[in-house]
Amino acid sequence: MLDGPSVVAGLKESGVTHVIWIPDSELGTWEPALNSDSQLRLVRVCREGEAIAIAAGLLLGGQRPVVAIQCTGLFEAGDTLRNVVHDMKLPLFMIVGLRGYYAHQQKKTNDTCPIFAEPILKAWQIPYTIFDRRHTASDLRQAYRQAQAENRPGIICLAE
Amino acid sequence: MMTLREALEVLAAHRGQRIVITTMSPIAPWHELSDTPLDFAYIPSAMGQAPALGLGLALARPENGVIVVNGDGCMLMNLGSLVTMANYPANFYLLIIDNGHYEVTGGQPTAGAGHTDFAGLARAAGIRRVYSFDNVESWRAGAAEALSGAGPVVIWLEVEPKKGQKTPMPPRPMAEQIARLKQALGT
Repeated sequence: MLDGPSVVAGLKESGVTHVIWIPDSELGTWEPALNSDSQLRLVRVCREGEAIAIAAGLLLGGQRPVVAIQCTGLFEAGDTLRNVVHDMKLPLFMIVGLRGYYAHQQKKTNDTCPIFAEPILKAWQIPYTIFDRRHTASDLRQAYRQAQAENRPGIICLAE
Repeated sequence: MMTLREALEVLAAHRGQRIVITTMSPIAPWHELSDTPLDFAYIPSAMGQAPALGLGLALARPENGVIVVNGDGCMLMNLGSLVTMANYPANFYLLIIDNGHYEVTGGQPTAGAGHTDFAGLARAAGIRRVYSFDNVESWRAGAAEALSGAGPVVIWLEVEPKKGQKTPMPPRPMAEQIARLKQALGT
């Protein structure tokens, strides 16, 4: 299971320099660990497309950012995602909270987020992996390193 | 008022060795004025995201400094970026080229044409260094001060609209632009 301290440790071991984010209720529990670390810079933005564009600038400048947002913000950020991944071809790495994933599997929610998140990621042609409660910071580290090694984008979808 | 060309000529005289990111209508005239590896024509772009791209680059490369030449239509699409800029001081300068129109789509007015106070918006977002120029003489006189010192800086330039503008074309493919920028930065 991922929590703030283990995520921070995994990101630092992977050489990540910045986390650009708008938290949701799950990601938000990582805030104390992210905000108190002296090596990782936490960048708070106003909208999710903005987070992706800032990450693109950091990548051009030789840094190693990760974007962390909720799937609702992913929906908003489509134009920027398209541009950064497919026009600029930058190896953007993101952690995206999948709101309502478990409740949807159990047919206990009318939330439409889990219906559209995966089809949208497939439409954007971005490799993604769904992380459930069994995944650990080691899996996160491996996913990030593999995407970087292949110089391609990657998304961790955090089941919520 | 001043023409876009006049506004950019003043910028060219003061940009120094900083990275210059252009969007939309300024792309073609800026390319005629400067075509170094540190000139980045953000096209194809994500609408409204040039300030965010520039801020990210400025945070990554404080020793270089970044100037973004943005339009008023692009700025209206991402007003929140002013708040983020204020929260992360960087060697970063944002020019808002305000002609009140979407030039490249045929000259339709923007939602803010004629009444949006971009300087006021920037100040309200928390940016302390904000400049406004509505004629080329005052821009020439104030550019040295506005384009130096600690960022973030927002510079609001009111320019004449020019109808009949074509959709901007990139001076070279995006991959080539990125490669030469990264080579120049050593990244």
